[in-house]
Amino acid sequence: MEIVIRPHVENFIKWAADKPEVVVLSADLTNSCEVGKWRDTYPERFFSMGMAEQNMMGFAAGLAREGFEPWVHTFAVFIYRRPYDQLAMSIAYPNLPVRLVGFLPGITTPGGVTHQAIEDIAIMRATPNMTILETGDATEVETVLDAAHAVRDPVYIRMLRGEVPRLFSRDEPMALNRARVLSQGEDVTIFTAGITTEEAMRATAALKTRGVSITHLHISTHKPFTDPAIAEAIAAARHGVVTLENHTVIGGLGSAVAEIIAEQGLAKKLVRLGLRDTYAHGASRHYLMKAYGLDASALVRAVEQLIGQPTGVTESDLAEVRIQPVHSAAKAEAL
Amino acid sequence: MTAHRAIDWTQQAQRVADNIRRRVFEHVMKNNGGYLSQACSSAEIFAALYTRIMRLGPSEAPLIPPPFAGVPGPHNPHYISGGAYNGPRAPQYDRFIFSPAHYALVLYAALIEVGRLGESALDHFNQDGSTVEMIGAEHSPGVETTTGSLAQAISQAGGIALGRRLKGEPGRVWVLMTDGEFQEGQTWEALAALSFYRLDNVGIYVDVNGQQCDGLMASVMNVEPLCARLETFGARAFEVDGHDLEALAAPAELAPDGRPLVVLARTDPTRGIPLLQERAPELHYLRFKSAEERDRYQAAFEALVKEG
Repeated sequence: MEIVIRPHVENFIKWAADKPEVVVLSADLTNSCEVGKWRDTYPERFFSMGMAEQNMMGFAAGLAREGFEPWVHTFAVFIYRRPYDQLAMSIAYPNLPVRLVGFLPGITTPGGVTHQAIEDIAIMRATPNMTILETGDATEVETVLDAAHAVRDPVYIRMLRGEVPRLFSRDEPMALNRARVLSQGEDVTIFTAGITTEEAMRATAALKTRGVSITHLHISTHKPFTDPAIAEAIAAARHGVVTLENHTVIGGLGSAVAEIIAEQGLAKKLVRLGLRDTYAHGASRHYLMKAYGLDASALVRAVEQLIGQPTGVTESDLAEVRIQPVHSAAKAEAL
Repeated sequence: MTAHRAIDWTQQAQRVADNIRRRVFEHVMKNNGGYLSQACSSAEIFAALYTRIMRLGPSEAPLIPPPFAGVPGPHNPHYISGGAYNGPRAPQYDRFIFSPAHYALVLYAALIEVGRLGESALDHFNQDGSTVEMIGAEHSPGVETTTGSLAQAISQAGGIALGRRLKGEPGRVWVLMTDGEFQEGQTWEALAALSFYRLDNVGIYVDVNGQQCDGLMASVMNVEPLCARLETFGARAFEVDGHDLEALAAPAELAPDGRPLVVLARTDPTRGIPLLQERAPELHYLRFKSAEERDRYQAAFEALVKEG
């Protein structure tokens, strides 16, 4: 598996070169959000707003009203917790094309509870006019820019930084409201997003060797959540559905899938994996994913629960799985 | 000649201010209560802004506002911005950003007095399905941004001013605020940013009436000395008598000097309606306690009309 180092840094500079309307606002986390070099490249389009997120939202709104496309860069928690009223009333209500780029989603930060955005998707889903995107690999970090740019409304992005795996082929960019079908099977359907997709790819590979067939969909658009492939994949699952999310199980991906199951009368069992209505604490990502059941091992246990029998997949089986970038299975069906 | 012209504009502006008070009083009586003291304190500020200070083009919106046509956004072709009442958005024109949304009735009355809104528009005031709301949003006449959650206007105005400067537009951005909003942290965040980016194309008029929902600001949470605090934050701050039209307009005539302009208009929340003094310090929203009280206000209103 290819690991890409800081994919946003150069990509965003290149992407913004022919888009003079793109401006960046930052609240004292410029290098932490991989836009330090962007600032030095386009100093006239970069605005340091200091540690003042409420005001930053208003400035972004005003700039958007004047025809600019502000890309607000800060940690995900500081986008929706402290300045939520400003986000809702200054940006979301007037439906302005502000891009809110939230770094360190969920438990990807060792910064502890103050830095872990664990209910952001729930809150943003409940916010009218908001589009929600989540990046799961380097290809998505690179191509979420075009996906967000094409939306005329506000967009919230769960962004990855630092060392990011490339799971998806470079020639398959993120597409708005389109799930990536990563594997197809009949027993259980799995939905993942962001960093949980790599975990699920480990689990599905190991499960296949034990004769369990899995449909696996990677979600990069949390809202809108109307891709027909989602309901089709749910309906096709013989034993049930598992969601695995880097977020609380309330209001995020698991809830979105539950809504589709209920509203479309699909009558499938659902196991929601994620933070179980709890805050986390400061520790390594690997440790937290294991401790809170967000990893491949937790996914295997959930599948066993649905099919009603052990699979025999062990921790060492999961560790041995090698992940290669995949072409979406959806492409063949030309969805 | 200059002096002669100055007298002309203040006479006309004073008429506008007096009519704002009368019209707001009329609709507060019709509604059996409402935001009255805000008209008393801010009538001259609105009159000075709309007749003297702001350079606005003619209104682009219908004299009688159409019904609520849904929320704003690129997907709603029927939406009319309340900002259209302040004229076209063009480089040379100023913009008006209205922060205290509960002053909406005062703003509507001001728009009527300067011919931007029809008199009968207020038949729709506070009626279901209308945009002429009691606490406006950006579909309400004269309202360009949604600011009922206080202290959000100044930041939005800052972004607009920054955007206009990037585009090289000469027009200025005027903001109307109230002193209560200086209790919000966001206001000070915004002032720091306006000053840091030297946004001297922003001019803020503050109705300093010393009042808020719970009573006297000095008893709820003091923000004084406001002028000194503002200067410390890098603003070019002036304190003026908020009922003196010439004093209100004078700071706007100064050539910008790199600092955001703030005019603290010291006002009397019972100005023109002294009967309100008996309710002091609870002046935020007039809710009649008895039929007898309502009758006394009705009589005061009728006396004011006769006077005018």
